[in-house]
Amino acid sequence: MAVVGIILIFTFVISAGLPLFFKVGPYRFLFGMEWRPTGGQFGILPLILGTLLVVAGALVVGGSAGVVTAIFLSELCPQVLKRTFKVVVELLAGIPSVVYGFFGIIVLIPFIRSQVGGSGYGILSASIILGIMILPTVTAIAEDAVSSVPIDYKLAGLSLGATDWQTIRQVILPAATGGIATALVLGIGRAIGETMAVLMVIGNAPQIPDSLVKPVSALTSTIALDMAYASGDHRTALFAIAIVLLLIITLLLISIRLLHARLGSAE
Amino acid sequence: MTRARVFDLSAKAVAWAVAISTMVFLILIIGYVVIRGVPSIASVGLEFFTTAPRGIKMQGGVYPMIVSSIYLTVLSLVIAFPIGLGAAIYLAEYAGRGRFVELIRFSADLLSGVPSIVFGLFGLAFFVYFLKMGYSVLAGALTVFLMVLPTLVRTSEQAIKAVPRSYREASLALGASKWQTIRRVVLPSAAPGILTGVILAMGRAFGETAAVLFTAGSVPQTPASPLDGGRTLTVHLFYLATQGQIEDSFRVAAVLLFVVLGFNLTAGWMMARFRRRFG
Amino acid sequence: MASEVKFEKVDFYYGAFKAIDSLQLTILARKVSAFIGPSGCGKSTVLRMVNRTNELVAERTRLEGRVLIADENIYDGVDLFSLRKKVGMVFQRPNPFPKTVYENIAWAPRIHGVKRTDELDEIVEKSLKRAALWDQVKNKLKSSALSLSGGQQQRLCIARSIAVNPEVLLMDEPTSALDPRATARIEDLVEELKADYTIVIVTHSMQQAARISDSTAFFLSEGAGRPGRLIEFGETERVFTNPSSRLTEKYITGRFG
Repeated sequence: MAVVGIILIFTFVISAGLPLFFKVGPYRFLFGMEWRPTGGQFGILPLILGTLLVVAGALVVGGSAGVVTAIFLSELCPQVLKRTFKVVVELLAGIPSVVYGFFGIIVLIPFIRSQVGGSGYGILSASIILGIMILPTVTAIAEDAVSSVPIDYKLAGLSLGATDWQTIRQVILPAATGGIATALVLGIGRAIGETMAVLMVIGNAPQIPDSLVKPVSALTSTIALDMAYASGDHRTALFAIAIVLLLIITLLLISIRLLHARLGSAE
Repeated sequence: MTRARVFDLSAKAVAWAVAISTMVFLILIIGYVVIRGVPSIASVGLEFFTTAPRGIKMQGGVYPMIVSSIYLTVLSLVIAFPIGLGAAIYLAEYAGRGRFVELIRFSADLLSGVPSIVFGLFGLAFFVYFLKMGYSVLAGALTVFLMVLPTLVRTSEQAIKAVPRSYREASLALGASKWQTIRRVVLPSAAPGILTGVILAMGRAFGETAAVLFTAGSVPQTPASPLDGGRTLTVHLFYLATQGQIEDSFRVAAVLLFVVLGFNLTAGWMMARFRRRFG
Repeated sequence: MASEVKFEKVDFYYGAFKAIDSLQLTILARKVSAFIGPSGCGKSTVLRMVNRTNELVAERTRLEGRVLIADENIYDGVDLFSLRKKVGMVFQRPNPFPKTVYENIAWAPRIHGVKRTDELDEIVEKSLKRAALWDQVKNKLKSSALSLSGGQQQRLCIARSIAVNPEVLLMDEPTSALDPRATARIEDLVEELKADYTIVIVTHSMQQAARISDSTAFFLSEGAGRPGRLIEFGETERVFTNPSSRLTEKYITGRFG
């Protein structure tokens, strides 16, 4: 069923989007500087840049905090707190993305507007919201990786007179690299695919930005925003964007597999 | 104090600070929505849940949205449950490690990584237009079914695999067939674990927006049949929030949070019980 | 420099559970002392008191009384890091770091401030020689420690411990995961090392205790939930041939545990 599902999705999306690749040409589609679908301009470079910037920002915010929280949970946190913290992290993963988007609109946007400048909508806001959203994913998977490092390593390190941090940094983390990398890649995947929250705070302006508070558009948010009224080539173009998203996700997944295969054979 | 010691203490302090502020932040999000939303609901009264929205700005009750959300969630799970369970039984009990199984696993992983908006597009192209379902709860439910399938299969498979080998061996030794063993011994023991997966999937279905926006539609009506369109709570919140109706948004957001977090807490609690039983 | 380890009226608790009751024991320098007793008698807990690693594996541990190394109470404001540097530990399962053979040895000296490569090289060579492993690994210093055999890994762990010049060497059933030949090599190594260190070894094998130790301590708990007690301590030969306690005799002749 999963196989059927995935084949269906790929065939339908690809067959609906591919015509545009031929019409516009893959190069002009992927690297075209202008996205003005109603005027016949189908360059998605601004959207790709928007996604990349926002995802990179999310990784800085949520990826790093997620890994640090994971290390904290598995190595430093007292047992009493640990359960509560893990429940909170799990709950966070369950909050619907529209609620995050709403939170962004009522709290984050006004804050950015008054403290940093601009309209509040834009790369910075989207990065922060996305960062918060990928944090639970990154934390949960990285925590698994860190706590599956045998306690023997930790004991060995500490009984040699090393500090906790030296042991964590130089013994435990290197042993958990594969799992932490997986966590981050999955976080990236989630950030790239996230739609609603991004749509609500990114500002939706398909332009190449010159500052962090400028509104931009992402691949996903453009699809969601335009689908309501798109027709003809514009509509096909949205499916073509979906093809790009599917390709990115597939590549990420394959890279995780390769990572695991390499780590598996190294042991 | 040596440098290493200073470094150790400061690194730990940073980790504590990051973790604590993460937690505070998370609790803040939930708390803020609840604190603003609950009194607001209380001021409207029970009518909020039992009446339809009024006027062009869609203020007032959310009864049709609640019905749409429940309808869609239940329908997608009704479709997903037998298929997911079947796949899980196959993967856990029958499948070896061949090429085909690898393909299934890869597909499931891929499926769980596909952005929800792409699901939405697919649902629009396939269910809404190609199968001519129109904007309908059914089209939405089928789309969401594809989304939750991987989670459901994975949790069920794990639950089945967690049943101790000795249970199976005891049953097989008594002369039961493999299928009898699965049906009468394995599945009942794995049931709480499987149910956990179902509840998690329901939480996900209830909270989904992007995939239902273009499949179930956004008409604020009470769907009478699966072929009617509807507007889920999530879609409703999206419109309210982007139109700047903050007070209405808070109410809907609070309801969403309560339902989805309720599902997740229940699932977490059941998972903990299940794990305790099977170590 | 080997040091004496002294326990003075020590009670040890995990939370509310009293694991060790009024322990009084002096472990002599440059000798091998064996801790024997059935599972759950507290012998490993006593061992881990010496480098204070009990508190790493459990929360809410508490010790009453005094534990002295070279007449310094290690439970009174002592610096944990220099304590653990002073007391090496070898574990049940060989646990080399997932790093190269060289890095396994060089890691601890480096974090304790040795920076110069030639100095590190020298420490690595000396430690591996001392652990009777140099000849086998001198051409494999850059390979992963996990590629060594179990017995070699355990000797690597011993080499790793002695690379920081400890005064006391703790061994928690160091041969329980090894085959008889590898066990014999570790036992030979222990005999050699006692010239420089105070060695305490926890073992399940009474033959091993009889073969390699100078003194033997027998611990026993009266049942689950009851604290472990030191029943008898003395020269190994005397403890095994002429135990002063009936309980020791019963254990040694294999009647319980």
